Order: sequence, then C-alpha cells, then structure tokens
Amino acid sequence: MEVDTTTNAGQLLAAASGGRRRVGDRVFSNLSVAAAVTILALLAGVAFFLLVEALPAVEAAPSELPGDQSLIDYIAPLAFGTVLAATIAILLAVPLAVAVALFISHVAPRRIVLVLGYLVDLLAAVPSIVYGLWGIFVLGPAAVGPMEWLEQKLGFVPFFEGPASATGRTMLVAGLVLTVMILPIVSAVAREVFQQTPRRLQEGALALGATRWEMIKMTVLPFGRSSVISGAMLGLGRALGETMAVTIILSVSGIVTFNLISQANPSTIAANIALDFPESSGLAINTLIASGLVLFAITLVTNLFARAIVARQNVQ
Amino acid sequence: MKPSRLIAIVVSLAVLAVGVAACGSSASGGGSGLSGQVAGAGSTAQEAAQEAWTAEFENENSGATVTYDAVGSGGGREQFIAGGVAFAGSDAALEEEEGELNKALDRCKPGQLVEVPAYVSPIAIVYNLEGVESLRLSPETLAKIFNQEIDSWSDPAIAKDNPGVELPDTRITPVNRSDESGTTENFTDYLSKVVPSVWTYEVSGDWPVKGGEAAQGTSGVVEAVSAGDGAIGYADASQAGELGIAKIEVGSRWAEPTPEAAAKVLEESPEAKSIAKGPYMFPFELDRETESQGTYPIVLVSYLIACTRYGSASEAEIVKSYLEYAISSEGQEVAAENAGSAPLSPALSSKIAPAVEAIEAG
Repeated sequence: MEVDTTTNAGQLLAAASGGRRRVGDRVFSNLSVAAAVTILALLAGVAFFLLVEALPAVEAAPSELPGDQSLIDYIAPLAFGTVLAATIAILLAVPLAVAVALFISHVAPRRIVLVLGYLVDLLAAVPSIVYGLWGIFVLGPAAVGPMEWLEQKLGFVPFFEGPASATGRTMLVAGLVLTVMILPIVSAVAREVFQQTPRRLQEGALALGATRWEMIKMTVLPFGRSSVISGAMLGLGRALGETMAVTIILSVSGIVTFNLISQANPSTIAANIALDFPESSGLAINTLIASGLVLFAITLVTNLFARAIVARQNVQ
Repeated sequence: MKPSRLIAIVVSLAVLAVGVAACGSSASGGGSGLSGQVAGAGSTAQEAAQEAWTAEFENENSGATVTYDAVGSGGGREQFIAGGVAFAGSDAALEEEEGELNKALDRCKPGQLVEVPAYVSPIAIVYNLEGVESLRLSPETLAKIFNQEIDSWSDPAIAKDNPGVELPDTRITPVNRSDESGTTENFTDYLSKVVPSVWTYEVSGDWPVKGGEAAQGTSGVVEAVSAGDGAIGYADASQAGELGIAKIEVGSRWAEPTPEAAAKVLEESPEAKSIAKGPYMFPFELDRETESQGTYPIVLVSYLIACTRYGSASEAEIVKSYLEYAISSEGQEVAAENAGSAPLSPALSSKIAPAVEAIEAG
C-alpha cells in the first residue's frame, strides 16, 4: 500500500510501523461506527415504541381516557408542570453553578479546591430518591415559615399568591430540590472550561489593569459561555425528566397555576407516570405513554434549541 | 491495588459465597410434598399480608416457593389475564368494564374463575390538629371537608359534631392520595353512598377533587398529615401511627376503625351477584350505609383471584394450598399481626372455602 503524503497523523504512525494500516486502527474505526449506529438505533427504537404505544390513546374518544377528558386536556397541565419545575431549577441553578465554578477555578485557595470540587461532584452521586426524602422531611417543613412570609409580603405577585401550604410540599420546594440536583452537573462542566481559559488572556487582562472581576468578566466568562449553556442543557434534561424526587415531594392536583407556594400544584409528566402506572391498565397505560412521548418531544426541542445557541456562539 | 485490600475483597467475596450457599441449603428441610414455584401479582394494599403469608407458607412447605409482586391491582389483573401469574390480588372485584371479567373467564377456561375476599382493612380518617385530642365527624361534615366546602377547623359544622371541644381557627389541609389507589376508591365509594347529595363525584381510584394536598402512597399521606398542622387525610388504619383518628358517625353512634368493626361490615354485606360468574366468585357490594351496632363502614376489601384449573399438577396444588392458607383463620391471624388487617369472620371463611377447594389440575 502506498502512503499518501497528505495523510493524517494516524496514518503516518501506521506507515512508520510497517507501511500498512494496522489491524488496531480498523477495529477501532469499526467499533466507533458501531457505537454511533447503536446510539441512533436505540433512540429510534425508543421513539418508535413511544409512537406505537401512544397511538391507541390518540385515537381513543375522550370518554375512554382517564378523567373523561381529551388527551390534550390530560397532558397539557403535566407538560406545564414539567416545564415550570425545570424552569425554576435552571433559573436558580445556573447562576449558582457558575459562581461555584468560578470560586473553584479562580478564587479558592489551592488547598481547598480539590476538596470542594470533590464535594460538589459528590452531590451528583446522591440518588434522586434520597433528595426526595430530604425534600419531604427537611426542606419542605423548613420552607413552611418562609413561604408564609412570601404570601404575606409578596402575595401580590402571582407566584406567591398562596394560601401557603401547611406541609411545604409545593412547586417551589420541588424546584429547589431540582436545583440542588442539577447544580453539580452544570458546575462541573463550567469548572472544567473555566480552568482552561488561556493563561495569556487572563494575564493580559490583569496587565492592562483589570481587577480580578473585570478579568473574569472579559476573559473567563466569554470563553466558557457556550460550555455553560451546554452544561445548563444537560441539567435541564435531568430536571425535565426527574421522577422520584418530584413524585415524593410534590402535592399534585392536575391544575395549571403559576402559584408556587400552595398545596395545589400541576404534576410533571415523569412524576405522573410513576404515580399512575402501577394501578393502570389498558388505555390508561397508552395515555401515560402518550404523555411520555410529549416529554420526549419537549426534551428534544430544548436540546435542539441549545445546540442552535451553542453553534451561533461558536461562529461569533 | 495494595495486597491488603485485595485480601479484604477476596475474603468478603468468600463470605458472600458462603452466605448464599447457606441460604440455598436451608430450603431442604422436611415438610409437605409440595414442590415448585408459583407467582402472583397485584394490590399494594395486600403487600404486607402477602409477605407474611408467603414466608409462613414456605416455612410449612419447604419445597414450594410463592412470590408476590405488588405491582398494583390493575397490573395484577392484567398479568393474571395474560397468564403471566397464577393468581392476582385486587382491591376491586373483576368487572365487565373494559371486558376484564370476560378476559379473565377466558383465561381460566376450561376451568372457572375463583374470586374470594382475603384482606379486609379499616381505613382511618387521620388528622393533625394541635390541641385537639379527639375528633368526631359526621359523614356530611367529612364529605364537605374533603370537597373543600369547609376550609376552617372552627367551622360551625365541625363544632356541632364536637360539643365541648375547643377548635382552633386553623385552615384545613385535606390530604389525598396522588397515585391511583384502592384506598381512595373505597373512601370515595363510602362518601358517595352515604352522602350522595354532598359527594357528587364519580367513584374511582383517582382522587376526583382538585386543589387539595396530594401525597404518594399510604406512607406519603401519613407523612403529609404529620407535617402539616390542620391536615386531615385517609389511610390504612394500621399505618396511622401517632396521628389522631377521627370517630365517624354511624347511625346514632360514633365508630372507630377497629378490625372487628371492619370485618362485621363485610359479613353483613350482600354479594354482588351480577358480577359473580360461576359458583366460585364472591364479589361483595359493601353495605356502606349500615347503621348496625359495632360496624365501621369505611373499609377496604381486597380479593384473591385465581383459576380452578391449572395445566400442571404442582402449580394447581401450590395455588390451592396457598389460597387455603390465606383465607384460613390461621392465615388471617398472621395477616392481622403483620399488616393490621381485620380477620375474616369464621362464617365467611367457611362460605368461601369451597371456591378455593375447587382448584385442581386439569
């Protein structure tokens, strides 16, 4: 086999070691193609399963579905609750995660950086059911007082209209628990990128007389922006699909409301499936799977949206 | 890896292996001639009772294994119809709705369907209200609390039921199940039968009123009621724990959820003949409106569903002796101890016994 002069490094290496493509290269290339195809096939399989199983519910008359309502009326409050909980989580988690990541990458003394990074990563390893139990036993009861305060002082804002829940099992608490759950994901991604900000840029900024904050604002944040967005999307995916913690914490009522502190909250798609699947049969199961299909679509759209943002950032 | 750590791992694996081997060998004790494996699935309400039954049953019959998967009543019925499990536990009798009854009849052909009540449990109205040690509620007040017409503990309707009790001006937080459940179905069935003018919702395992506090499972309801001052909910009486339990007006007296009072309701209830296909089905139409002495009408009745004929002799034998055990006075005692259920009365037990005895290999 002849060696092309414009060949890449891998082939150069192959040429150096004997003049022909090594078996290892071929195996590796085939394996990686197989892996990529498998992922696509799995995704297509899941989508196909959802579509096929959801179809009977789409075709059924409203009177046959759970609650005697149309499929859209059934799924809309769930989709609303899913997006609301995830939005609360992402709005609170991203600023906090960026702050934690900056602290670890640029502010904290070297001695505690390792420990702190390790601790934040540890948050990601806690099972979601434990977060759920923590939410219902600790955070919920502790939030009752503050939520009553919110109702009294900020009751004119629709979010805090009240009446405040007596048990603390509200959308606000569920959102807070989701915040803690996605915090490590977002901050781990952000931290890795912040640490890779080119030294010369940072030193250049400092040399021009920038304060530490100005340096971070001018070099680190722009450098890491697209990665922070990617990290936020990873977190958003987890928040949208989170099941156990929400199932345990949230007091659900099948309504649509922006009121975050009352006992009546919209459920989320994933939590609703977990709650209702055990006692469901026949069309009720198809209905639940149809809601799963909607969740699949929501996740897909948010991911595509995020990709678009990241792509535009990279062009600039 | 350090050698010491390697040794630790090897040792722990060895210990594990010995442990597993020990578990395997313990099954070879004496006992009856039954051998084989039988699987059941269904109601979560029956889970604790089924656990106790399977453990005791396997002690007596060391060669036989019975497993019970608490997937929920609907799931259990579905698996039974599909032939995935030999028997099912269900919080509701098989009904013609969605063709379930006919599908189940088909599944058992050429044999017949067996459906017997096996688990009766009183549902307690639990509450958490600071300073109120005992609480009485009439069915009408109860229904109005749960449909959110009454939203304060100082409401005159509650005061009327509780003369001499100082009621605080706390907001009422009614707590319901967020998952579909037999407990909800039985509770709403009670409300709609006894006070149909107030409780106008359709009876179902899904809680019908929007805007209340909702929690997952019996433990979730108990936890939510414990957490909120002014909260009230409904739960298996055996799970009520430290919470206050309201007395409910039955006729002209105030009844508490005791096992005896729950069993008595079932004993006095008529059979639901319209959904009993064949001589071995015993669905009951619970008499919620009972006013007789010593009854408590908010009860959950859960059934065991099986066939009279099974393909293999060992499967038939195990299902038969397991169900016989479950409805026997001994089995009912075990369930009462472990799950806090109400034992079936001897009269009822002997009435349903022929259904289980009819199980045979075919």
